[in-house]
Amino acid sequence: MRPFDYVRADDPAGAVAAMAERPDAAYLAGGTNLVDHLKLGITAPDLLVDLGRLDLADIEELPDGGLRVGAMVRNSDLAADPRVRRDHPMLSRALLSGASGQLRNAATTGGNLLQRTRCVYFQDPTTPCNKRAPGSGCSALGGYTRYHAILGASDACIATHPSDMAVALAALDATVVVLGDDGEKRLPLTALHRLPGDEPERDTVLEHGDLITAVELPPPDGAARTRSTYRKIRDRASYAFALVSVAAVLELDPDAARPTILSARIALGGVAHAPWRARRAEQLLAGAPATRESFRRAAAAELERARPVAGNEFKVTMAQGAMGSVLAELAGLGEENEDSPDE
Amino acid sequence: MGHPVHLIIDGQPHDLTVDPRTTLLDALRDHLGNMSPKKGCDHGQCGACTVLVDGRRLNSCLLLAVSLDGAEVLTSDGLAPDGEPSVLHTAFLEQDAFQCGYCTPGQICSATGVLREAADGHPSVVTEDHGHDHPIELTEDEIRERMSGNLCRCGAYVNIVAAVRQAAGASTASEGTAR
Repeated sequence: MRPFDYVRADDPAGAVAAMAERPDAAYLAGGTNLVDHLKLGITAPDLLVDLGRLDLADIEELPDGGLRVGAMVRNSDLAADPRVRRDHPMLSRALLSGASGQLRNAATTGGNLLQRTRCVYFQDPTTPCNKRAPGSGCSALGGYTRYHAILGASDACIATHPSDMAVALAALDATVVVLGDDGEKRLPLTALHRLPGDEPERDTVLEHGDLITAVELPPPDGAARTRSTYRKIRDRASYAFALVSVAAVLELDPDAARPTILSARIALGGVAHAPWRARRAEQLLAGAPATRESFRRAAAAELERARPVAGNEFKVTMAQGAMGSVLAELAGLGEENEDSPDE
Repeated sequence: MGHPVHLIIDGQPHDLTVDPRTTLLDALRDHLGNMSPKKGCDHGQCGACTVLVDGRRLNSCLLLAVSLDGAEVLTSDGLAPDGEPSVLHTAFLEQDAFQCGYCTPGQICSATGVLREAADGHPSVVTEDHGHDHPIELTEDEIRERMSGNLCRCGAYVNIVAAVRQAAGASTASEGTAR
């Protein structure tokens, strides 16, 4: 590990100021990803600005009924918060689907959003990787692609974003609050992460020194007609990254003669460089009858754009099936699985 | 460059000067000679280094000691003050919940955290009644899910689950009588 300086920030503005003077500095929050990367030599900052003592570890109620989650709220505390469990069980389940109990106790809300891909080549400094060493090439193309993207990838990078929490936040229309050296800005969570394009080294739209201070959750929809859930498909039953995950919020019209979808908000994980908001499927579902056929068609339309690479073609079927079956479950159509692989 | 850090380890105060690169695990083992937490993978994947920091179970290999100034750290050793085994130590012995024992101190610390989290009503992803804030019964499924961050390469999992279940029953029972 290369030597680095260490300072403990007393307040958010001080943290941003400390970063402004040092182009190779990095923030330290929970450290679950960064400390690992320091050991692996994936990153070598010359200064760590420790955010651990910032007063950003509270979950506060907003005047509109939403919640403001401080960036230093630990993943386990966010998942266990009674208001989150009551109003946004999808978010709680997504958090609890990720990592292990120990890691969730350390990992923070802001850090979870800014964690980096678990692409095995990105994490191995002996192999070419455009994200780690721009211009060196992509070792995943033609390599081990099981955990790689099927949507929105580029020739430069097929890595996926590893977060479960971010997928739920994308479907929830959460807002990210960021403090930079030019003041505070707010952006939709779905605008935080980038697709790789020809700059895969940039995971997000944030600039050096930008500090996520909070994530804001909108007020819960009328619970009576809205249902949400998070489903994760992975190689082990626990403590594994997603092959595919689905976060979905479904709003049904209680007054319609036949069950009708008022709105759907859907995000996919494990399939792209960012949480993938399934807007095409959402558009098809708004106003459609709440039937298996509607859900199947919407899922198929969303995955029409999928461009799998050798070795991860199965994820197209998997994502399509998962999305359709999660939506059917939310609509009360049961767990019937008609999409068996040998169909 | 050395940074001063004050830590309370297993009840004893310690003043250290550490390079900021020093993990809590290395501070415990190399600086303080506390060999209770083990270095397995050193990447937060195996859980052998699990300790309790201010009551929370954490992977000590992923924590920088310099960031923990003032923290109270408990290792599996510290859970057995004066050699008196905790309810979990006893359960691991009685259920034969280890073979080589390398992962055991991490398992013990992790399970100590699990008992507290369940008593505090924290759900896991397999908790059915997710929305209600009451103590959670540690079924075998709950234990397997909550302990998934602790690997045992001897494969003593079946007995580890039994040990945590025994300790969970014991701690529930003792809460009923002792309080």
